[in-house]
Amino acid sequence: MSRTLPGPPPVTIIQDASLAVAAGEFVAVTGPSGSGKSSLLYLLGLLDRPSSGTVLVDGRDTGRLGRSELDRLRLARLGFVFQFHFLLPEFTTLDNVLIPMRKLGRLDAPAMRARAQALLERLNLAEAARKYPEQLSGGMRQRVAIARALANDPALLLADEPTGNLDTANARIVFDIFERLTTEEGRTVIVVTHDPDLAARTRRRVQLVDGRIVSDG
Amino acid sequence: MRLPLFLDIALGHLRRRKRQTVVSILGVALGVGFFVGINALMRGFQQYFITQIIDVAPHIVIRDEFRTPSPQPAFLAFPRAAVTVSGVKPKDEPRGIRNARAKLAELEALPGVAAAPTLQGQVILRYGTRDVPVSLYGIEPERERRVTNIERDLAAGRLEDLRSTANALIVGVGVAEKLGGALGDTISVVSPRGVTLSMKIVGLIRTGISSIDNGQAYALLKTVQVLQNRSNVVNQIRIRLDDVAQAEPLARRIEARMRYRTESWEETNRNVLSLFVIQNSIMYSVVGAILLVAAFGIYNIISTVVYEKTRDIAILKSLGFGERDIQAIFLAEGVIVGLLGGLVGALVGQGLIELLAQVRFANSGPVIGGRNGFILARETWPYVAGAAFALLASVMAALIPARRAARLNPVDIIRGAA
Repeated sequence: MSRTLPGPPPVTIIQDASLAVAAGEFVAVTGPSGSGKSSLLYLLGLLDRPSSGTVLVDGRDTGRLGRSELDRLRLARLGFVFQFHFLLPEFTTLDNVLIPMRKLGRLDAPAMRARAQALLERLNLAEAARKYPEQLSGGMRQRVAIARALANDPALLLADEPTGNLDTANARIVFDIFERLTTEEGRTVIVVTHDPDLAARTRRRVQLVDGRIVSDG
Repeated sequence: MRLPLFLDIALGHLRRRKRQTVVSILGVALGVGFFVGINALMRGFQQYFITQIIDVAPHIVIRDEFRTPSPQPAFLAFPRAAVTVSGVKPKDEPRGIRNARAKLAELEALPGVAAAPTLQGQVILRYGTRDVPVSLYGIEPERERRVTNIERDLAAGRLEDLRSTANALIVGVGVAEKLGGALGDTISVVSPRGVTLSMKIVGLIRTGISSIDNGQAYALLKTVQVLQNRSNVVNQIRIRLDDVAQAEPLARRIEARMRYRTESWEETNRNVLSLFVIQNSIMYSVVGAILLVAAFGIYNIISTVVYEKTRDIAILKSLGFGERDIQAIFLAEGVIVGLLGGLVGALVGQGLIELLAQVRFANSGPVIGGRNGFILARETWPYVAGAAFALLASVMAALIPARRAARLNPVDIIRGAA
């Protein structure tokens, strides 16, 4: 697929990229700044549509789906973690994790709370449940963001520089979590990073240069 | 119980900016409050005024005139001819409502209608060297008391005295003053037909309306018919209704049927009533301006929230919130401010009314209606209308920033936030 931003002048940010990711894979997307790593992730995450080509999720052609169907698919099947945590400051940790579940409405209220609690416990955040984002450290906030991304039990987790604002210790914790998600739970994780040490921990690395995939493996 | 998610988020936003929210709510509340307060003040006065009009005069008057003069026979004979008729003198026929008794009976048969025959004409009251021109009404006391409040307005004497005393006359207090006569004095009454009668003042009327007090007199219908040399003639039928609002439609029906000029109290007082319409439009535009300013306040707060919350909007959209979901959040904020503003405004309005009710004009004595304070209309609809308008204004004000929030592209914001 390709993605060209309309001009003037038109800029092609992703060119003829072709990528197939299987369930349970842990993939790093690397490359120099401006190489189109994040753009590729937004295309995969259905936040952006390719100018040509298509994105298949669970074998479904998403190019044919309407906007609300895409919203629904993102809500139910995908999880996002960004460099900035994007937690809602008016809500407690627990409530932030509940937001995607409440939006999806698949579970009843007690089940949602139980699941949110369990997610927080698994990410060592049990004692932070009642706290507000501003009362948490950077590493904790990012873990809350991961918990929120996992709220609706997504098959695919997309992370855009998730460790960009974290120190080495916290960055390692985040990658440990991602590793567990793939090995223990069979989720697919695609993470954009420019940190070669962290990228080395994944089992597959896709390297981008100027919007083209130059190496994959 | 849990609120819907969008409401939760909307309330969270407003709670975060307490001061601005409170100011916005107060803005709306002041608009609604002033509307309610001023409305009560103006409508109270207008209603008092209208009751006065309705009380003093009959609701409908049928006169022995026609709105459109009947066409000349020449025009009827040659409908499309080039005929000019000039210098035509009115036919010398006795004026008056024909067959008035039958018409009275017909009107009285209608439900909620009381009617009275009157012969009205100009006369001169003469007492010593003083001449006072007045409008003399010949009435039947039994019927008249059902049609006007003449009995209530009698400052001295009784209506029955018209019957029990020969050639009895009731005059306005101002008329008596101008004449220099008092109750029990006998004065001369001269009609344009040259008939002179000696009549005795048996009653005085004080309505507070100077045109009546200074220019009207009442006598028995029979006596006035003699005085005006128009036996058995009635030139007005005056009607009072149980339901005042029916006056105009009924007047139109009567005129269509009897062809005589028929005026409802609304038509007679059209100049005053149209003045009220102007007065009300001025009030509503001023209050509308207050609410408009309040709406700008709401627009401002929600715009600010949208601007500050772009990151939150971006993450919600990336999580799978649609444009409608985002729009609902910010519209809800407008609705909350509007509702609370309307509610507080109703209280402010109530307070304002109570405050106005306490106001007394010192040194001026009873001003109107025997009171020296404001006359206030206490009605429910201004609260409802004010709150509804506030809600509408709030939603309109929230709509623009809400649309903008809904259309934000999450990718742009997420890129920028890193």
